Amino acid sequence: MTWDWQVFLNDDGSGRTYLQWMLDAWGWTLAVAGCSWVLAMVIGALMGTLRTLQDQPWLVRLATVWVEFFRNIPLLVQVFLWYFVVPKMFPAFQQVPGFLLVVFALGFFTSARIAEQVRAGIQALPKGQRYAGMALGFTSAQTYRYVILPMAFRIILPPLTSESMNLLKNSSVAFAVSIAELTMFAMQAQEETSRGVEVYLAVTALYALSAFAVNRVFALIEKKTQIPGYIVAGGTGGGH
Amino acid sequence: MLGLDLTFFNWDIFSKFVLSGLRFSVQLTLVATAGGIFLGTLLALMRLSGKKALMLPATIYVNGMRSIPLVMVILWFFLLVPLLIGRPMGAELSATITFVAFEAAYFSEIMRAGIQSIPRGQVHAGQAMGMSYGQNMRYVVLPQAFRNMLPVLLTQTIILFQDTSLVYAIGAYDMLKGFTTAGKIYGRPEEAYLLAAVVYFVICFALSWLVKRLQAKIAIVR
Repeated sequence: MTWDWQVFLNDDGSGRTYLQWMLDAWGWTLAVAGCSWVLAMVIGALMGTLRTLQDQPWLVRLATVWVEFFRNIPLLVQVFLWYFVVPKMFPAFQQVPGFLLVVFALGFFTSARIAEQVRAGIQALPKGQRYAGMALGFTSAQTYRYVILPMAFRIILPPLTSESMNLLKNSSVAFAVSIAELTMFAMQAQEETSRGVEVYLAVTALYALSAFAVNRVFALIEKKTQIPGYIVAGGTGGGH
Repeated sequence: MLGLDLTFFNWDIFSKFVLSGLRFSVQLTLVATAGGIFLGTLLALMRLSGKKALMLPATIYVNGMRSIPLVMVILWFFLLVPLLIGRPMGAELSATITFVAFEAAYFSEIMRAGIQSIPRGQVHAGQAMGMSYGQNMRYVVLPQAFRNMLPVLLTQTIILFQDTSLVYAIGAYDMLKGFTTAGKIYGRPEEAYLLAAVVYFVICFALSWLVKRLQAKIAIVR
């Protein structure tokens, strides 16, 4: 088998090269993943926090239902639900662009996973942290804002890193509803050019590169926000 | 109800379109779990062997697989395996090979954590009894690692079951495909998606509830 990398310089029939198309597709992948990430973090942090409120059983139940609902349906099916079923049931959604519907699907799906991590992070904290907040005269909201959440988020940075990388990879299911992202590009360009190996290699490299970048950004955050005296991955390991 | 009509769906449609898809989804899950755990354990042992010639390829394989989307892996195998064996291959077989290879990477990380959770004293005890490396793994380390990791392995299996829906990318006939086919034929695509979601939810929710029960049971014994 011989390589034919020049295929990327061919015209795709609309006046741009396949290379240009692929870079556009990369942009869509990053846009879907970026918007979904913001949504997932906000809702995930909220739901994860709600699940730890001991004196609010109904909020705990609400958050539990949220997590179970979005965790137990395959992402692809959730994408179809948002893209086809929701606009049919609620006509107002027919005006919403497909890009946003996929962001809802991916964002809510991931929010359930992040909520579980946030809950685990909060519950991993010693009780004394909560008492310390109370002893300072903090309200429940203040205790969470100034004492518990800053610690919990630092604890869950490693799993949050892998979940963010998962989100980036999961954005590939957007191909199923014809969002012009990388996987969609890979399938179409493979069909049009018959140079599947070259196309897939390039797309795979872009995914790996993006995932690696996410990983590095989180490693940086982890290093910048580490609290002296706590064990941090990549630290010197022991010693003072 | 809200512009949807679910009444078209009945047992006939279910057994005609969905049942064979469900069978494939379950079969794919079981084969990929068994094959993935087997290969994953081998990969984990390679990574923990301390021999560079074994560690390096296993590490590259596991990290490589884990850094690309499953959909891309499915597409890769569907493209490459026919090129390698020189004849076309059905989407179902291709999906099965893909899932075993892909899940092996994820199961290997679970098994590695499981093996590392076994205290060193256990290994030393095996060595003191004159066991070879293979015997030590077979009779002392792996049974305990497997048991400690059972809830995590089962949770991964539930995720795997959900992921089987991604064979949509190569058109294999799984449960989701069964629902969408029925939806197309009877002109009710939205309803079919909704029903698919309900069935996936019921199966996955029930399974994760069972895993939770099992976890509680194992926790007491330990």
